[in-house]
Amino acid sequence: MISSQLPALQVVLPLVAAPLCILFHNRTFSWLLMVFVSLVSFGISCALFNQVLAENTITYAMGGWVAPWGIEYYIDKLTTYMLLIVNGIAVLVSLGARESVENEISSDRIYLFYTAFLLNLTGLLGVIITGDAFNLFVFIEIASLSSYAIISLGKDKRCLYAAFRYLVYGTIGASFILISIGLLYVVTGTLNIADLSQQLANAENTATITTAFVFFVIGIAIKAAIFPMHLWLPDAYTYSPSIVSTFLAGTTTKVFIYVLIRFIYSLYGYEFSFFHESFDNLLIIIACGAILYGSYRAIKQDSLKRLLAYSSIAQIGYMILGIALITELGLAASLIHIFNHAFIKVGLFLAVTAIIYSYGTDSIERLAGMAKTSPFTFILFLISGLSIIGVPLTSGFISKWYLIKASLEAGYWGLVVIIVFSSVLAIIYIGRVIEAAYFKPEATNTAVLNNKKMPHLLFLSLFIFSFINIYLGIETSLNVDMAFQIAHELINK
Amino acid sequence: MDILSSFNYWIVIILMMIGFYIIIANNNLIKKIIGINIFQTSIFIMFISMGKVIDGTAPILTDSGTLYSSPLPHVLILTAIVVGISTTALGLAIIIRIHTAFGTIEDDKIQQKIK
Repeated sequence: MISSQLPALQVVLPLVAAPLCILFHNRTFSWLLMVFVSLVSFGISCALFNQVLAENTITYAMGGWVAPWGIEYYIDKLTTYMLLIVNGIAVLVSLGARESVENEISSDRIYLFYTAFLLNLTGLLGVIITGDAFNLFVFIEIASLSSYAIISLGKDKRCLYAAFRYLVYGTIGASFILISIGLLYVVTGTLNIADLSQQLANAENTATITTAFVFFVIGIAIKAAIFPMHLWLPDAYTYSPSIVSTFLAGTTTKVFIYVLIRFIYSLYGYEFSFFHESFDNLLIIIACGAILYGSYRAIKQDSLKRLLAYSSIAQIGYMILGIALITELGLAASLIHIFNHAFIKVGLFLAVTAIIYSYGTDSIERLAGMAKTSPFTFILFLISGLSIIGVPLTSGFISKWYLIKASLEAGYWGLVVIIVFSSVLAIIYIGRVIEAAYFKPEATNTAVLNNKKMPHLLFLSLFIFSFINIYLGIETSLNVDMAFQIAHELINK
Repeated sequence: MDILSSFNYWIVIILMMIGFYIIIANNNLIKKIIGINIFQTSIFIMFISMGKVIDGTAPILTDSGTLYSSPLPHVLILTAIVVGISTTALGLAIIIRIHTAFGTIEDDKIQQKIK
């Protein structure tokens, strides 16, 4: 039966498609293959979602080797939740990617771009779905290596240096994760995550276990760009090709936050994670730092992509905040924010992709008065922008609402002030863009280098993202109920 | 517990710190990659040391021994070495392109040119 092989197909399909792009060496074919593969992959994740709703968890023994000896793919509600986010974004981004990629990447490298893109998708899906700690490390490295490669494909030469810096940071992070996995293996003698969590619950609390925990958290913090280990992120998002920043902003950091949640709640169990060396207080301080620092830096940027990158650092802070509250509501708020922010930020970055495609620049000053020439792009930017501020009837409002509710329930009044203050900062940085585009007189000699019309498919996918932003702000049952169920299962495990 | 009994692990820590220092302090991008390599090598040694069982023989099915060293860390490290080589290759490829684009592989000079 094909349905029993779906977990393997989820990862194998993009992996097999990647070399096909090189073999056919044709940019249109590569793009079509990318769209096709992401569509099928999205279909698979929907089928898995249905299976999980019926059976609760699915385990898949890779190659017929039974866990804990073989590599196991472990799928529960949280897994399918993340698979849907990553696949959904992959479908919509690759749909609108074609013209922008041809515009921003030199034509003899386009097929290589799609190869690396598919490998990146493979890595991210693998990280989500695997139930084996060492396999997790391998998939993390597949995802990271391919993202260094696609970042370095841009025409702006600064992207090379950004990619190199990301490579150095990322490799240190991955090495820390590897050390942690090694130490856990010494203590327990197993690599299967489900087995590990059982063994750890029975094991004596030694320094080795704590060291492994610290190494893992620091490694993931570097990979997920959690403040203050975010230094690679602004450069990587600013100088890489727009489609790359779009896809990475929506998926990579979220997937690594997911790994952190899995690690804290499923593997170590939150009793160990949080009642140890007051780790939760540390996380709350880090989260507040990220929120304030990211929003503050975003205000001062002229480059739109850089602005959104700093805003991402702030939003990652929100997700960490939800995790650190150690309540069902807080964890659910964090999961809802992962879902909503993925679609908000991709919507914003996709609008910037369209702007760069039309005007060849993302400098706010040079975009003065451009809303008259391309009204649709800026309206769609505005919708996602309102969502990131947290205006009611947008999805951003829902996640901030639950986050504030969770902070109040946990008794942290100060956090509510910080969240509201950060929203005010968001009004300022999104407001600057809107002010420049709508209310400033059209700059006369702005080099409107290539005033091209937005491609239809890019417009379509941008429109869908804006629609999702509004839809999730009004009809919340889709992700909120799911997030609460997942949080309930994780806390009461 | 004297130093000699955990000699491997001291080497791991020393190598790791040497690698880390090179990554942070060295200005040359290729030397940074070498630093990453030393850093990763220390982890390989750590894994392989963990696999050793005292008085255990090589994990081959023969009549001569009943106690075997754990072969799993070796297998894991083979994979980790492959990952390390890919990282090095990619890093060097990017450095070549940095050299053609900027004309230098010194960190501070590139940062000056970016600004």
